[in-house]
Amino acid sequence: MMKWLSPRSALGITLITVALLALPFVAAMGGQAWVRILNFAILYVFLALGLNIVVGFAGLLDLGYIAFYAVGAYTWALLASPHFGVHWPVWVILPIGATLACLAGVVLGSPTLKLRGDYLAIVTLGFGEIVRIFMNNLNAPVNITNGPQGITLIDPVKFGDFSFSGTTQIFGVALSGPQKYYYLLVALAILIIVINLRLQHSRIGRAWQAIREDEIAAKAVGINTRDLKLLAFAMGASFGGIAGGIFSAMQGFVSPESFSLIESIMILAMVVLGGMGHIPGVILGAVLLSVLPEVLRYAVGPVQTAVFGKVLIDPESLRMLIFGLALVLVMRYKPAGLWPSPERKRELTEPAR
Amino acid sequence: MSAPLLEAKAVAKHFGGVKALRDVSLSIQPGEIYGLIGPNGAGKTTFFNCMTGLYVPDGGGFVFDGAPLVADAPHRAAERGIARTFQNIRLFGNMTALENVMVGRHVRTKAGVLGAMLLNGATRAEEAEIRQRAMDLLHYVQIEERADDLAKNLSYGDQRRLEIARALATDPKLLCLDEPAAGMNGTETEELRALIDGIRRDGTTILLIEHDVKLVMGLCDRVAVLDYGALVIEDVPAVVQKDQRVIEAYLGA
Repeated sequence: MMKWLSPRSALGITLITVALLALPFVAAMGGQAWVRILNFAILYVFLALGLNIVVGFAGLLDLGYIAFYAVGAYTWALLASPHFGVHWPVWVILPIGATLACLAGVVLGSPTLKLRGDYLAIVTLGFGEIVRIFMNNLNAPVNITNGPQGITLIDPVKFGDFSFSGTTQIFGVALSGPQKYYYLLVALAILIIVINLRLQHSRIGRAWQAIREDEIAAKAVGINTRDLKLLAFAMGASFGGIAGGIFSAMQGFVSPESFSLIESIMILAMVVLGGMGHIPGVILGAVLLSVLPEVLRYAVGPVQTAVFGKVLIDPESLRMLIFGLALVLVMRYKPAGLWPSPERKRELTEPAR
Repeated sequence: MSAPLLEAKAVAKHFGGVKALRDVSLSIQPGEIYGLIGPNGAGKTTFFNCMTGLYVPDGGGFVFDGAPLVADAPHRAAERGIARTFQNIRLFGNMTALENVMVGRHVRTKAGVLGAMLLNGATRAEEAEIRQRAMDLLHYVQIEERADDLAKNLSYGDQRRLEIARALATDPKLLCLDEPAAGMNGTETEELRALIDGIRRDGTTILLIEHDVKLVMGLCDRVAVLDYGALVIEDVPAVVQKDQRVIEAYLGA
């Protein structure tokens, strides 16, 4: 049964909807580049929530999450580009990408079932690198991935005649390519938020949490920890695959460079810094960590000129320095993340009895 | 005698050179409270762990409820109807008391990922049923007013009770309690005794490992004594108490 919304939450939902609808137009005032930054922020929200299933819910530390993103991205790139001369439609490629990523998740998951913490982190880290190196080297003897040059001229997302690239007029409003992708990404993000919320308060979500808390006790009450851990890996991976496909289509170009270890670490940092296992926190972490470096990119140079009259320190290095410092400070003063779940907050502030 | 609920047949387990269990054979009848006692290190917990699938026995095996227990995956034991508590309480500390018991229902419910995502009628109904059953069990062990507290913030005695409620949530035929009275004072032990007796009266067979000899002798229908991994005697408390070998095992004579 649907509960009727209270006037206050109805107002909140309306405001958020209006803000989400208007955002790409506001961003476009600063140039299309800002719309792209916004798109990446939402793509990272999607990725971070996918990883949250593995790390936040099931408590499995995964440092190779970007590998699944890579699988999804390359699936799209290979099946919708002149590289092989195939141009399959979105509703075929996206499920294939998700399925392949899911299989990759199971492949990674099965040998690591008995590992936890540091050991699991090392294996997943290795896995992520293996996938990247594969993409880098699968251009000989048979050219599959085109090696370090990557794949270009990848098709955009298209539904029939409606393409997500280029400007179209809808009801007299001109929508640029990035703006159209924005709405697609928001729709996907809302979908994964709902899935995360529902999983968290389900029988499966509770079992994951139980495994995170005490694996032996979880087994003793009859939880099949092997299957449930694999499920977490597979689900997280599938979402990574979907995000990868959209990334590929949006960029029109993929190369192994986009799937380096630092990307995995960034996504993990979004989950941890935002508030592990707490959905609003993870969203906040993803938005902050993807937008902040870009804001700094534009701000660091001009601010130096304004204050000192000239650029003293290379903006690019200073940007990363500030960013790194911000991360350290957040973890120092908010160890449970910027917006932790109430339970997690207690967990870190109250000593266990 | 009817067919035993659990039968251990020459169960052996060693860790390197240490023989923790030497061909232990015993049988538990349906509806009884069966005590397993012995000095520290006698192999009681090892026996438990073999039975619940945490350890794989090196020899022998178990027959439970008419079929062999395959000791490959611990969750199977719970599926078959064996629930346990732990000597050093193992709760899901950062989940509420209610959630702990709800996790116990996992093995008797079946909503999957798809159900969780779609949140269809059947899933909602099952979820409501899980919650109701968990509340009932918290009421049964008399800690329902702590339902929304984190398990780790419960008092020691309440944690013991919560662990029993969680085990009962799996609908066990055999409930195994590993030193439930450890660290309890006289009053708490007396309350525990009433609880265990009540659980048996409600139809669950109980295997009790305990140090508190007085509790075991007063509560159990039959008692087995382990010493250095071997079964010394299996009989009614009155006989066990007077047995010379048992007295020697305990006093080290």
